[in-house]
Amino acid sequence: MFSSLMLNTWIAASVVAVIAGVTGFFAVLRGETFAAHAIPNGAFAGAAGASLLGINVIWGLAVFAIGGALGIGALGRKARTDVVTALTLVLMLGLGALFINMSTEYAEETYSLLFGEVYGVSQNEVLPIAGLGVVAIVLIIVAFRPLMLTSALPEIADARGVSTRRAELYFLVVMGLATSMTVPVVGALLMFSLMIGPAAAARSVTARPGVAMALSVAIALVTVWVSIVMSYHTNWPLGFFVGVAGALFYLVSRGTRGVVRVATSR
Amino acid sequence: MHYIFAPGLLSSGPVRTALLVGTIVAITSGVIGVFTVIRGQSFAGHSLADIATTGGSGAFLAEVNQFWGFLIAGVVGALIMEGIGVQRRRGRDVATGVVLGGALGLAALFLYLGTQQSSTTGASFTILFGSMFVISPDTVPALIASGVVALLVVALLSRMLLLSALSPDIARARGINVRLVGIVYLVALAIDVSLSAVVIGAVLSTALLIGPAATALRVTRSPGRAMAVSAVTGLIATWLGIWLAYDSYYWPPDGKGWPVSFFVVAFVVVCFLLTYARRRRRPPLRSPHEEEAECSPA
Repeated sequence: MFSSLMLNTWIAASVVAVIAGVTGFFAVLRGETFAAHAIPNGAFAGAAGASLLGINVIWGLAVFAIGGALGIGALGRKARTDVVTALTLVLMLGLGALFINMSTEYAEETYSLLFGEVYGVSQNEVLPIAGLGVVAIVLIIVAFRPLMLTSALPEIADARGVSTRRAELYFLVVMGLATSMTVPVVGALLMFSLMIGPAAAARSVTARPGVAMALSVAIALVTVWVSIVMSYHTNWPLGFFVGVAGALFYLVSRGTRGVVRVATSR
Repeated sequence: MHYIFAPGLLSSGPVRTALLVGTIVAITSGVIGVFTVIRGQSFAGHSLADIATTGGSGAFLAEVNQFWGFLIAGVVGALIMEGIGVQRRRGRDVATGVVLGGALGLAALFLYLGTQQSSTTGASFTILFGSMFVISPDTVPALIASGVVALLVVALLSRMLLLSALSPDIARARGINVRLVGIVYLVALAIDVSLSAVVIGAVLSTALLIGPAATALRVTRSPGRAMAVSAVTGLIATWLGIWLAYDSYYWPPDGKGWPVSFFVVAFVVVCFLLTYARRRRRPPLRSPHEEEAECSPA
C-alpha cells in the first residue's frame, strides 16, 4: 500500500484534498454549490473534445473549466445565477455528448475522467498537479479578505468599493483552474463531492472562517486517505468512498450540532 | 444533399416512439420548469436527474426495469433533500449538493460493478447521456402515466406554489402549509425529472427543464403564458433535435449520427441567449429567497 508506485497516488490525492478543502470552503460560504458541480462536470466534456482532437486532455479540461467559469460569470450579470449555471452546464455536456459520439474508441479513457484514475498517476503528472495546486491556493490566499468580505457582508463590501461581481468571477476562474488539474485524479463527479461534503461539515461545526477552512481541509484529507485505504483493500472505486464519506461527515456534524443545541438550551 | 427529410423518418418505429415520448417530456418539463425557475430550484432539478441516474445504474445492476430505478432514486433523493432541507436558499443548495455528492459516489460503485458484470462501458454512457432511439416500447405507458401524474399534481398546486414562492409570508397567513407544498412539489419534480432522465438522459433533462422555462420567463411575466411559451419552446427543441439527429446519419463523419441531446441543448441555449438581445423593460419575476441571498443592489 505504501510502495513507490502508490507514493504518487498518496501525494496527488493529498494535494487534491487540500485544494478541494480550500475552494470548497468558499463555494459553500458563497452559495456557489451549483457552480462547484457544473465546472468540473462540464470540464469533463472538454477532455472528451481534447481526446477527439488528439491533444493532451489537460488542455481540454482547462479551456472548458475556465470557459465555463467565465460564461457563468458573464451571463449571470443579467439573469439568475442558478439558471445560467444550469444552461452553461448543459451546453458543455451537450458538446461532450457530441464529442463522445464522434470518438467511440476513446470511450474508456473518457469514462475514467468521470470517476478518476487515482492509481494511474505517474511521476510526470504529480509535478504539474502540485504546481497548479500551489497557484490556486496562493490565488485564494491573496484574495482572502475581499473574498470573505463579499461572501459574508456584501453590502459592506459594496460600500468599501469591493466589487461583488469581480470577486465572484475571480473565484469561479480559480475554481476552474483548480478543477482542470484535479479532474484526471479524482474524476469530475467526485471532485464535487470532495469540495462540498467536507466544507459543509466544517461550516456546520464552527462559524469562524479560519477554523472552518482548516477543518474543511482536514476533513477532506481524512476522507481521501480513508478512501484510498478502503478502495485499496476492497478494489471498489475510490469515488464511492469519497462520495459516501463526504455525505456522512456532513450528516454527523449536523447531527452533533443538533444534539449540542438541544443540550445547551435546557 | 438532395433531401431535407431523410427517407423513412416518420415510418421508423424508434423515431415514432421517440417523438411520442419526447413530446410528453417536453410538455411536462416545460410546465414544471416554470415553477422550478421561479422557485430558484434549478440545482435541485439537475441534481435529481443525476440522482435518478444512480438509480438507473443500480437497476441495471439488479437487472430490473431501469425506469423504476430512476423513479425510486429520484423520489427518495427529493425526500432526503427536504429532510436535511434548510429553508434559506444557500442552505438548501448545500443540502442538495451533499445529497448529490453521496449519490454520485453510489453511481461510481454501481457503474463499476456493472462493468465488472458485462465488461462494457457502453451501458454507463447510455445511462448518463441517454438515447431517444433506444426506448423500449413496453415502458411507454408507464412513462406517459408518470408524466400525467406530475403534471396534475403541479396543476392542482399551481396557485399555492406560486404564492409560496413569491411571498411565503402571505402564503402562511392564508393558511397554506408552505413546507408541505414544497415537499409535494419536489416529489413531482423528481417524478418529472426521472421520467425525462430515463428517456433522454440527465443532460437533456436539465436542458428541457430549465432552458425553455427560463427563456419564457424572460419573454413574459404572466406564469400562465410562460408555461405555454415554455412548453412550445421545449416541443420545438425536441422535434427539431429528433429530426436533425435522424438526418445526421447522412452527415460527416459518416454513419455515426449526431446525438439528439446536442441539437436540443444547442437550440435551447440559443433561444435563451436571444432573450438577452431584447431590451429589458421590467425586472423579472423573483423569489424573495433570492433577494435574501443576493443582498447587493442591482
